Amino acid sequence: MLRYTLRRVLGAIPTLLLIATLAFALLHAAPGGPFDTQKQMLPEIQKSIEHQYHLDEPLWRQYLHYLGNLAHGDLGPSFQYRNTSVNELIAQGFPVDLAVGGSAILIALLVGGSMGVLAALHRNSAGDHSLMGLAVLGISVPVFVIAPLLILVFAIELHWLPPGDWGGISHLILPAGALAFPYTAYVARLMRGSTLEVMASRFILTARAKGLPLRTIMLRHALKPALLPLISFLGPALAGVITGSIVIETVFGLPGIGRYFTTGALNRDYTLVMGITVLYGALILFLNLLVDLGYAALDPRVRFAR
Amino acid sequence: MSGGGLWYEAWRRLRANRPALSSGALLLLIVLAALLLPLLSPYNYYTLDWNHLYLAPGWHGWHLLGTDALGRDLLVRTMWGCRVSLLVGLAASVVSVLIGVFWGTTAGYLGGRVDGLLMRFVDVLYSVPFIPFVIVLTVLFGRELILIFVAIGAVSWLDIARIVRGQTLALKSREFIEAARVSGVGTASMIVRHLVPNLIGIVVIYATLTIPTVILFEAFLSFLGLGVQSPMTSLGSLVAEGAGRMQSFPHLLLVPAVLLAVLIFCFNFLGDGLRDALDPRER
Repeated sequence: MLRYTLRRVLGAIPTLLLIATLAFALLHAAPGGPFDTQKQMLPEIQKSIEHQYHLDEPLWRQYLHYLGNLAHGDLGPSFQYRNTSVNELIAQGFPVDLAVGGSAILIALLVGGSMGVLAALHRNSAGDHSLMGLAVLGISVPVFVIAPLLILVFAIELHWLPPGDWGGISHLILPAGALAFPYTAYVARLMRGSTLEVMASRFILTARAKGLPLRTIMLRHALKPALLPLISFLGPALAGVITGSIVIETVFGLPGIGRYFTTGALNRDYTLVMGITVLYGALILFLNLLVDLGYAALDPRVRFAR
Repeated sequence: MSGGGLWYEAWRRLRANRPALSSGALLLLIVLAALLLPLLSPYNYYTLDWNHLYLAPGWHGWHLLGTDALGRDLLVRTMWGCRVSLLVGLAASVVSVLIGVFWGTTAGYLGGRVDGLLMRFVDVLYSVPFIPFVIVLTVLFGRELILIFVAIGAVSWLDIARIVRGQTLALKSREFIEAARVSGVGTASMIVRHLVPNLIGIVVIYATLTIPTVILFEAFLSFLGLGVQSPMTSLGSLVAEGAGRMQSFPHLLLVPAVLLAVLIFCFNFLGDGLRDALDPRER
């Protein structure tokens, strides 16, 4: 398992390199640079600024320079936020994403999971049908529709929660809830399917024949195998939550890195955009590894090849 | 079971599936409305009506669903947005299906080192955060519709490639492929003439399921202001505009939002129904 982890971590390096290269190439292939719009600058000043950020060097040297810094974990200075490094911006914004995304996944697992189990236990009842209808609705309604609707109802009409900005727990509920919506629906559908499958298997039949109460059957025997498909869904879900937070931050005006990303892209803040893209890539790779390891820990049938 | 061919059987099963069938009918209705309603209205998507700003839905001046901040007819704009969303969905899905089928059949049929290389590439692309890349692409290279097609299509072919490869591997060991190979059919015509026709079922299913994701993706880009540019519109940009004014004029948000949701809803149900109809083993 240690060897497997090590191999995966090493295997992630070329992928990250590819992501960084792709981002670098894209940004530098586009016409225009970060400092040649807006106000008129004296040519000398423009030159000195470009020199300060190494923009006057040939492209291949800029590229090597960037990769060299990246290897140390230094993402470089931001072009737009003067005297601030990209690392500092990420350190400022990332906790917000972590809080919103983490609680969204937690909500999705708890709410969606119990919805799925309930629907499976009362299969084909009216409750089952309405829960699953709700789930299809949740999958079909995009996050950026849910979010304004939630603001409209809970902040503007009912005044229960703040409509945006960042602060205490009350600022977290609406964004996390909106972001959790589609994932809750997916989890509910998955959980219903897997619970039904597990409940039809022989060891559950045995447990029933022994006369165990339903509660014990569910908690002791059925839950763990039924959770397995959820674990493999968690990889793409986590990646989706990370990128989905871009919209959530725009709607709720949260100071996370998603907002830095869109404004950075609009302002040609090369280092900021590249830094966040690489961070997203690294996060996805890391979370996928975590999910695969978790899967193996839960399912003893999975063995790592070599 | 009486014979009647794969497609007849599939149609018979689909007809028995009420939700899928009514989704298909509703979808047809939406498409017709999107095509015809703008022709019937006296207004165009860019017509400004300064006497009727922020009109509520009603019969006033034939603005059946009211008007927006510039007095533009919401019904006509929503229908145009629907056209754009459907067009993007279809075009990008075609792009992704073409790439995915080509990639998947080549990898699956040739096997060995080629397969390893091609699928490794897909694995690497899977861990690239695509949404940021598409955002950067649209910001830097102008917000043109054609670029959005290409960008989204290039992102969404990965799933299809994987599925097609798996299916090709299963087909490869069948007798008719063996027979074709014995009679000297070349690689290219083997793929085009013998493999692809047998994959159409699964490709149709995943194409139907790709369309809603693409529509959502386009709406997402337009919502961020990176997609279709005004005065042309899409459901995503209409939702974004509506969200800005929802406090006083909730219908500006609700109309495009509901249509978008219904559209996605129908495609998902139809795709699920097609899967059950064309591939009855996988339930």
